[in-house]
Amino acid sequence: MNSISRRRFLKISGATIATAAILTGAGKTFVKGAEKINREKVKGIQKIPTYCDLCFWKCGAIAYLKDGELWKVEGNPLDPLSKGRLCPRGTGGVGAYYDEDRLKTPLIRKNLRGEEKWVEVTWDEAFEFIADKMNKIKNQYGPESVALFSHGIGGNFIKHLLRAYGSPNETAPSFAQCRGPREVGFELTFGDVVGSPERTDIENTKCLVLIGSHLGENMHNTQVQEFSHAIQKGASIIVVDPRFSVAAGKAKYYLPIKPGTDLALLLAWMGVIVREKLYDADYISKYGYGFDKFAAEVSQYTPEWAYIETGIEPEIIVETAREMARYKPATLVHPGRHATWYGDDTQRSRAIALLNALLGSWGRKGGFYVPYSYSIPKYPYPPYPELKREPVDNPEGKFPFATGEQISTGIREATITGKPYPIKGWFIYGTNLMQALPNRDETIKAIQNLDLMVVVDVVPSEIAGWADVVLPESVYLERYDDLNTSPFREGFVGIRQPVIDEPNNQKPNWWIAKKLAEKLGLENYFPWKDAEEYLDTRLKLAGISLDELKKTGIIKAPEKPIYFEDGAEAEFATPSGKIEFYSDQLAQAGFDPIPRYTKHEQPPEGYFRLLYGRSPVHTFSKTQSNPLLRDMMSENELWINSDIAAKLGIRNGQKVKLKNQDGVISDPIKVKATERIRKDCVYMVHGFGQKSRQLRSTYKKGASDAELITKYNTDPLMGGTAMNVNFVTIESEV
Amino acid sequence: MPRYGMVIDTKKCVGCQDCVVACKTENNIPEGYNRDWIVTEVKGKFPTVQMEIRTERCNHCSNTPCVSCCPTGASHIHEFGGIVLVDHEMCIGCKACVEACPYDARYIHPDGYADKCTFCIHRVEKGQNPACVEVCPTHCMYFGDLDDPNSEVSKLLQSRKWHVNLPDAGTEPNIFYLI
Repeated sequence: MNSISRRRFLKISGATIATAAILTGAGKTFVKGAEKINREKVKGIQKIPTYCDLCFWKCGAIAYLKDGELWKVEGNPLDPLSKGRLCPRGTGGVGAYYDEDRLKTPLIRKNLRGEEKWVEVTWDEAFEFIADKMNKIKNQYGPESVALFSHGIGGNFIKHLLRAYGSPNETAPSFAQCRGPREVGFELTFGDVVGSPERTDIENTKCLVLIGSHLGENMHNTQVQEFSHAIQKGASIIVVDPRFSVAAGKAKYYLPIKPGTDLALLLAWMGVIVREKLYDADYISKYGYGFDKFAAEVSQYTPEWAYIETGIEPEIIVETAREMARYKPATLVHPGRHATWYGDDTQRSRAIALLNALLGSWGRKGGFYVPYSYSIPKYPYPPYPELKREPVDNPEGKFPFATGEQISTGIREATITGKPYPIKGWFIYGTNLMQALPNRDETIKAIQNLDLMVVVDVVPSEIAGWADVVLPESVYLERYDDLNTSPFREGFVGIRQPVIDEPNNQKPNWWIAKKLAEKLGLENYFPWKDAEEYLDTRLKLAGISLDELKKTGIIKAPEKPIYFEDGAEAEFATPSGKIEFYSDQLAQAGFDPIPRYTKHEQPPEGYFRLLYGRSPVHTFSKTQSNPLLRDMMSENELWINSDIAAKLGIRNGQKVKLKNQDGVISDPIKVKATERIRKDCVYMVHGFGQKSRQLRSTYKKGASDAELITKYNTDPLMGGTAMNVNFVTIESEV
Repeated sequence: MPRYGMVIDTKKCVGCQDCVVACKTENNIPEGYNRDWIVTEVKGKFPTVQMEIRTERCNHCSNTPCVSCCPTGASHIHEFGGIVLVDHEMCIGCKACVEACPYDARYIHPDGYADKCTFCIHRVEKGQNPACVEVCPTHCMYFGDLDDPNSEVSKLLQSRKWHVNLPDAGTEPNIFYLI
């Protein structure tokens, strides 16, 4: 034996010996997942494939049990998203299981909403309570008066339940509070969305342009892996950001743009490319519509004009435009993801789409590939009841280009006003609306109008504190979910399956939906016995074996070409059937057919623009109580330029409070005085400063950007709520 | 016998801490402690900033102040690849090594012994990479035999510019940072 002590040897190597034993002869990588495991009898290591739920990327993972206890989670090498490597959140996935603040049993509110006083009830009591209220709402207002806010694939069974109940109102903040403007901007231009996972071919790009997109801090696994490959291969990287991000540290060009002026830079870049005829002329003549009108308009924008707006020197604007053109079509101007910044975000995103169109990168290697999915039929459910009323989120098509997805804040508005018809019930799955929606007061006002508010979550999130009924869901390691067939550069199907039993009275969402359906008399919509039967039915329709998928975790679809040059179809579902450099439909609706620059308000003297972003170790406000991840980052910091900090007399590590333009004061937050940010803005990681007293480990740790986002600008095209428009002062007395 | 070392490409590292989390789950490190960590070094004035991000841990030095100061012989260089280890049974938790390490790579485990990175010797013995190397989504970490001129780590050190941490400390560290 080597000189690691015997105690440690047993701790770390005992497992190894048992692994060998269990796998002897078989040579199999996986044991069959989701069998009921008698832990007493199971020794050694078991590896069970599933897919991660720490964020929405849904990476294929392998969970390890050691002697029947959950040990660790690794990436599944068969999975095209993770390629066998998870991000830190995924690696910390076991912490979700061990989180001591997890919801343990169903709860019904005892006192006023938001007081977080509860009575513990049985599942049956909880379902009785909910069904009674839902029936009353249906009778009095109609089934449309219950709305669902759902984020993540886990919400699929609850979506199905509410469609069966008869509601058309179903939304996620990931549209109007996040990537909506980007999707609409790209759809207006190319006839298709960027999608999730993004169809960005970072792996093969020769020039990557990131505009406020902080890859590496924003830890979308595949994108970060590909970003690293691009760095290794020597891709030219251009980063535009008011903050010297991690990505900026990898860049050939760092452009420290004045916040709110990105569209001026984009127009100037396009001006240079058009005037110097650096665009992909063949691509444009083949696929483009309205190019001449577009060229005439954007050629007016000069680097000198943009310099005044953006603070980026004209020479750099010209040089970077030429750099992009040099590598076309393998130049990727990344569309970002969280795009709700200033209020003209759809037009800014459309400008990004147009710049890519000029470079011929859409559909091309090193630009945007054409993704495909494993086509697996839906479960053959009976048809949903006919809808009598339209969704409430966008009355009379006020936001004419809010297509495909609903506007969360529109549903909130309808709940407050009762127009176009009252919303009396909220179902909330996996999204903390207190942090996800701007202007918390409006959310609370809407909640006060409800007859029923149900939250399904794994932890007592802030929004759960406002609920009438809280239903504790199993964490992903304990449950089945729907199949993952995300469109990607390789089509695949991934399974999520239970690895370990729930420690308390938590239940999977499929069970919750099915049981509640039975109480509501909707059991015919849940004809399957359990999730396994549901999955088996779907998979059989596609000729896939459930047993096989449970063993491997991932099965890939037959390969297809993903670039135009390799035979992927160049289809553009726009009115013209082409890439729309000029948009007739925008003109007809009274909007700029070619994006135009709007000057945005800049912070008054003494104020800073509040910017926010991501940390690689947390997802939104969902993971802060995970013991492994909170050990990596337990609170956020306020980034402020060193010179400004010195001028204000505040030191690194000191706690300050922020006060916004509406007088809202934040919780104390530690100062990070740094050379990595402009002088006119401050920055913090989103998701902290949580107010749920039941989340003991995260209660008031750091400050909440969301609390300070009382102001928002609404994108007139699609109703997105732009949130980078709040200004703060720094209060050093804490 | 090989001489194990690590080569870390700072150009690729994004400082995501996946290596830290992976170490914690692999080696069951208690909350509040860690065997590896991220350092971000920033130079210059905004916007002309240079930044180096490094994942750091015990350097498994060839010249080891932590071993020479150990009164019980618990701290030692293991014959397997020159990995620096602590025999937890022999360790009395006197903290001499914690003080002696110029890299601040050691801590006293709640169970009373000095603890630090083992290069995941339990994995390396089986021909696997350390957990941190294996998990890294940027593939910025390389592990191998520094004495083998054909190993990936040796080739990287031959072809790229690099530095070590605290070269003047005389510790002859075996972790190298590509720049």
